[in-house]
Amino acid sequence: MDSSLSLSTATFVYALASIFYIGSFSFKQKFFAKIGFIILCLGFFFNTYGIILRWIESYQMGYGHAPFANMYESLVFFSWTIAVLYIFIELKYKESIIGVFASPLVFLSIAYASLSPDISSEISPLIPALKSNWLIAHVITCFLGYAGFAVAFGFSIIYFVKPKSSESKSFFAKLPSWDLIDELTYQMVVFGFLFLTIGIITGSVWANSAWGKYWSWDPKETWSLITWFVYAIFMHLRMMKGWHGKKLAIVSIIGFMAVIFTYFGVNFLLSGLHSYG
Amino acid sequence: MIRNCHLSALPANDLVKILLKKEENLKKKQTIPEKIWQFFCAVKLSVITLVLLAVTSIIGTVILQNGSKAEYLRLYGETFYGLIRIFKFDDMYHAWWFLGLIILLCINLVVCSIERLSITWKIIFPKKIKFNPERFRKQKNLESWSVKNKDIKTVTSDCEAFLSKTVGRVIKEETSDSTILYSEKGRWTRIGVYVVHSSILLLLAGALIGMIFGFKAFLNLDEGKSSGTAIISKTKARVDLGFLIRCNTFDVKFYDTGAPEEFKSNLTIIENGKESFTKDILVNHPLRYKGINIFQASYGSASPDSAAVDIIRMSDKKIVSRKIKIGEEIELPENQGSFQLEGFLPHFDFRGHNLGETFIGKITLKEGKSFQIGLPVKFPTFDKMRKGKFAFTVKEYEQKYYTGLQVTKDPGVWYVYVGFILMIIGCWITFFMSHVSYFIEIKKQSGKSCRVSISGTTNRNNQGLKLKIKKYVIKLKGI
Repeated sequence: MDSSLSLSTATFVYALASIFYIGSFSFKQKFFAKIGFIILCLGFFFNTYGIILRWIESYQMGYGHAPFANMYESLVFFSWTIAVLYIFIELKYKESIIGVFASPLVFLSIAYASLSPDISSEISPLIPALKSNWLIAHVITCFLGYAGFAVAFGFSIIYFVKPKSSESKSFFAKLPSWDLIDELTYQMVVFGFLFLTIGIITGSVWANSAWGKYWSWDPKETWSLITWFVYAIFMHLRMMKGWHGKKLAIVSIIGFMAVIFTYFGVNFLLSGLHSYG
Repeated sequence: MIRNCHLSALPANDLVKILLKKEENLKKKQTIPEKIWQFFCAVKLSVITLVLLAVTSIIGTVILQNGSKAEYLRLYGETFYGLIRIFKFDDMYHAWWFLGLIILLCINLVVCSIERLSITWKIIFPKKIKFNPERFRKQKNLESWSVKNKDIKTVTSDCEAFLSKTVGRVIKEETSDSTILYSEKGRWTRIGVYVVHSSILLLLAGALIGMIFGFKAFLNLDEGKSSGTAIISKTKARVDLGFLIRCNTFDVKFYDTGAPEEFKSNLTIIENGKESFTKDILVNHPLRYKGINIFQASYGSASPDSAAVDIIRMSDKKIVSRKIKIGEEIELPENQGSFQLEGFLPHFDFRGHNLGETFIGKITLKEGKSFQIGLPVKFPTFDKMRKGKFAFTVKEYEQKYYTGLQVTKDPGVWYVYVGFILMIIGCWITFFMSHVSYFIEIKKQSGKSCRVSISGTTNRNNQGLKLKIKKYVIKLKGI
């Protein structure tokens, strides 16, 4: 099995996991969610295996670099980070129902990587600027941050579909309580914020060792700072102004829009140092 | 009024309430300095400033930064260019209003932190730890169960041992019908947020020091040449480095795909006329010397010293080979005139096509007529198309490069790095550690049984505490 077969398998297995989670929610069958979780773990296995294989293959081709160097590789890794984070939450909080909102994100990211014609899956050599040990630290921390925000975004959506009172007969009434969602959203934002902070810092230290400037207002840098500001606002509103529920969920959603723009928008619409991925 | 509260066991929400109440009280009668202080310590101001910073930062990613006047006129037109000039959108991250927003945020941050710290200080370092049992009895995470056939004293000592082992020092209070145990940990973690705030100030201080005492310059150095000055990117002024840099060699390697794999310059530092040391620098592997950092940034073709040129007589294709230095003039065979190798261009534009590295020569015919010819290295037959009596071809030359160095000095960078470390530590404390208090109450019931209840408070992560209490219940029941 080579890396691309392993990653394609992961894509389809993730799709299946999403279907089971959504099915469990639609038919109110906890059993489906349990199967969904097992399938998600299987997809995660293929995802991990594919990344490791790709790493080895790049060495066999003589390029020898970690698989974090272009858009395709970053999307695959993004799926991986969301999956690992979600699996951790499900194991810790034992609430499988929230997988309805998290598992599709895992699938969408890797599916976009595999299926979009604009994204090349070729293993390409590393340009001199990327040849640094900081690459691994920078990419891993940034994507853990992005994953935290992605899962927080998934949770924030729940506020807009679930009725507040538990007696409601709505289709979405079975979702976890607002209290739990509030706590989980916050935990995810906090996790994302810490890793985004470390990601920006590692990028900054790297830039200083490669170009002699730790900050140069490159569009990617600026957008990551904008994202950081939005989540800083989120925390101050929650902790100092006592915001909760829908109002705060809107801030979390805006934050995730900023993440998406930092990730894709900057690469596709603006130019700068990060144009490679 | 505030002072009478049990500040010691307050969670974050209660702190918010106190602050809001304090804000309300102060609204009634205020002197002007108080009003100013009040303005700067409002959380609303921090949120608004952060929103403004986030929104305005977008402008600089959309509008071209540090471009020339012509570029702006072409891209945005006359009227919009006027606007760009007024608000300095062409260098907006250094514009007065953007720096003003950052300063506003700093003042706000300092004032807010002082205001809050004056309250939390007593919580973080209390004279005596107090707690309010009623608060704990009302907690949502309260769990209770009955223990049968066990002496209340054994149950109490078991619980006490458990608390002191898993949490910390236990405070015990006994009343006629019940025993209360209280234990807490992580009180100091409330300081985390101030660590984050001070790290931001340190970062900005470092940036300011860099702006005032540092510079960013470039230096293009041909192989074999040396220089002691660099040109500052922004002002184009020369800056003296205090030592000489000599570029001995420059190497560039390419992948099979044609993409560059590695640039490498071999540099020697010369100080007071003596060679100090020699080092290779690569992208990501700079040279640092006396507070000055030298980075491999770019490269290009430098002018070679000489070239081996074939002179072909077109009538019989007879070839004469000569090695000609740049600037040197040679006689053409049979006294037909002279040829001078004038110079070298890294790029030669011919009817809109770039022909690459090209030597430029000048032919002076014996009649006195002279004209320039181009000899592109990659197209050896190019000069034949001129259909002159002689055709020239560059057979060989030693490719020389210049190395593009970025030279920077930033004495503020260590402040920034310390700020980075403090920020990570501060965030870790603030987000993942908390001040948790546990409360166990053991009540005597009829006969030889008692009722145990446990609850807790925390300043963050209530859900985590709830799960932890459930775990503790299982453990306590097992004892």
